Amino acid sequence: MAYLEIVGIRKTFGEVVALDEVTLSIERGEFFTLLGPSGCGKTTLLRIVAGFETPDRGSVQLEGEEITEVPPNRRNMGMVFQAYSLFPNMTAEENVEFGLRVRGWPAAERARRVAELFDLIGLSAARKRYPFQLSGGEQQRVALARALAIEPKVLLLDEPLSALDAKIRVQLREEIRAIQKRLGITTLYVTHDQEEAMAISDRVAVLSHGRIEQIGPPAEIYENPLTPFVASFVGTMNRLEGTVQDGREGLVNYRGIQLRVNAARGRDPGTRVFVFIRPEVVEVRLVGEGDGLKGRIFSQSFMGPVTRLRIALDQGGELIADIPSARAKALTMGMEVIATFPPDAAGILNI
Amino acid sequence: MRRGRSFWGSFWLLLGVLYFTVPLLATAEFSLRAGPGRYTFSSYLTILEDPQFRASFQLSLGLALETIVLTLALLVPTAYWVHLRLPRLRPVVDFLSILPFVVPPIVLVVGLLAVYRGAPEFFIGTPQVLVAGYVILTMPYVYRSLDVGLRAVDIRTLTEAAQSLGANWRQVLLWVILPNIRAAVLSGGLLTLTIVMGEFTMANVMLFYTFPVYMNYIGETHATPAAALTLISFTITWAAMLGILFLERQLGGRQVQIGGAR
Ligand SMILES: Nc1ncnc2c1ncn2[C@@H]1O[C@H](COP(=O)(O)OP(=O)(O)O)[C@@H](O)[C@H]1O
Ligand SMILES: [Mg+2]
Repeated sequence: MAYLEIVGIRKTFGEVVALDEVTLSIERGEFFTLLGPSGCGKTTLLRIVAGFETPDRGSVQLEGEEITEVPPNRRNMGMVFQAYSLFPNMTAEENVEFGLRVRGWPAAERARRVAELFDLIGLSAARKRYPFQLSGGEQQRVALARALAIEPKVLLLDEPLSALDAKIRVQLREEIRAIQKRLGITTLYVTHDQEEAMAISDRVAVLSHGRIEQIGPPAEIYENPLTPFVASFVGTMNRLEGTVQDGREGLVNYRGIQLRVNAARGRDPGTRVFVFIRPEVVEVRLVGEGDGLKGRIFSQSFMGPVTRLRIALDQGGELIADIPSARAKALTMGMEVIATFPPDAAGILNI
Repeated sequence: MRRGRSFWGSFWLLLGVLYFTVPLLATAEFSLRAGPGRYTFSSYLTILEDPQFRASFQLSLGLALETIVLTLALLVPTAYWVHLRLPRLRPVVDFLSILPFVVPPIVLVVGLLAVYRGAPEFFIGTPQVLVAGYVILTMPYVYRSLDVGLRAVDIRTLTEAAQSLGANWRQVLLWVILPNIRAAVLSGGLLTLTIVMGEFTMANVMLFYTFPVYMNYIGETHATPAAALTLISFTITWAAMLGILFLERQLGGRQVQIGGAR
């Protein structure tokens, strides 16, 4: 049995089914992320784990003990909220100390632990400041220290970075991950940002409409999405709708063009499928240099190391290709091109 | 153009100041008058030396404090709970809280008397029965004040943050919520104080000699001391308000200072 078990959770708000048969197991020391678009039920699941909501059905077990009905103040779980959760009437230090005061720790021990935590978050100079005197990033760090002060069994974070600007967001997520690894604390993290989820998690569960679509390590989810939703939500993905033509050779017919897709092997001819292709595996050549999907470049955006081309296909539909910027110089808007992809780099799912 | 605007600005300001100060000055002048062209403090001495002044003032102050404690003890948890758990009921509770406005005090008294008819003698005989009425009377003001205070903070997030850190309901309320709505609590208390110090109808009908009843008696019987009494009670009210303001400054000042040292 895993450290934290979430079994068959269902939760409705009136007509809205926020969570439907959600089952997860999280190992001790794991950094586990719930990823999904806004409204898919991430916060609701986190709040059920924290004890702020009671599920209609299902149970939550921690270290083999049933905790579904345990009130939040007796669960010993540290929680970091989206924003504005620091107590405005207390200094940063008093905020961090709060959980220890509640637990009746003597002043000297409290002071020692608080000093340790400010060291950990690198904010010792700001200990005496009030929340309104801290930047958004500093506030979230103090909130993290406050949650960690009580040595929680599980650390819960609900989109803790979403109110910060991009640069701080990236920096702080690395810090959170580093601290989590150092303390070996079991962490349940919620975000709608797939890049963030990929960057810091041991495992990710992708949610959509209250259901789990896929659970796995970031690389597996990125490289091998099991549902059309995961394929389109995680990263940028091209999706071509076609028909299996030859299950032995792995040929798919896309509007009259034959595509070689290894993943199509073993499927019955005539099956309607989606072919998924990541933009970074697409190769673009000038017309006349071999076969492939023919089209015209209609948009070109520089993204640093790569340049993103959008190609309007002659057969209809479009294809996104990320190619090294150095090579993109030879390709300009309106140019006729041929796009190809390696047969083993495309995924396939039945419709 | 600019001149004109600043002229009219000053004009209206002056008019406002006169509106408040002229009656006060007139009252002050009258309270000091001892005959044509002669002035004396004797009417102030009359009031301050009157044992009934002290007795009625102490009674009313005591009742006001009891009302404040009881009202806050009832309304702080109620308003908090409504904000936290029943946000959709807020309009209903808002409406309920202003009902006492609609019921005239005299009706309230008659109603209270009917309720108290069966109550034990020792309770009916003490002025504390008034507190029950005052709690109802001041409820709209205090509730409104608390409502505004609670709206200004993210009650739900703060509550949940405190709970996840292990706090029970008492700790959440006393350590987290109350300090963050301090200004609202103070102003609710001050409003209660001024209302109770000025409430005449209920005390008079129930035959208790409170400060307003005493004021009324003096007003009907001694013209010059009445003016003095008016100014005295006015001064007390203002002192209370300034006291609260000062307290707020002191409490808030701590934060401002740290802000400066940043
Ligand atoms: N207290 C509530 N009352 C009614 N509906 C709610 C409540 N909390 C969440 N919901 C609904 O449940 C669904 C999931 O919400 P939530 O868990 O907040 O999603 P997420 O955090 O993924 O954005 C949404 O449709 C939301 O409107
Ligand atoms: Mg959410």
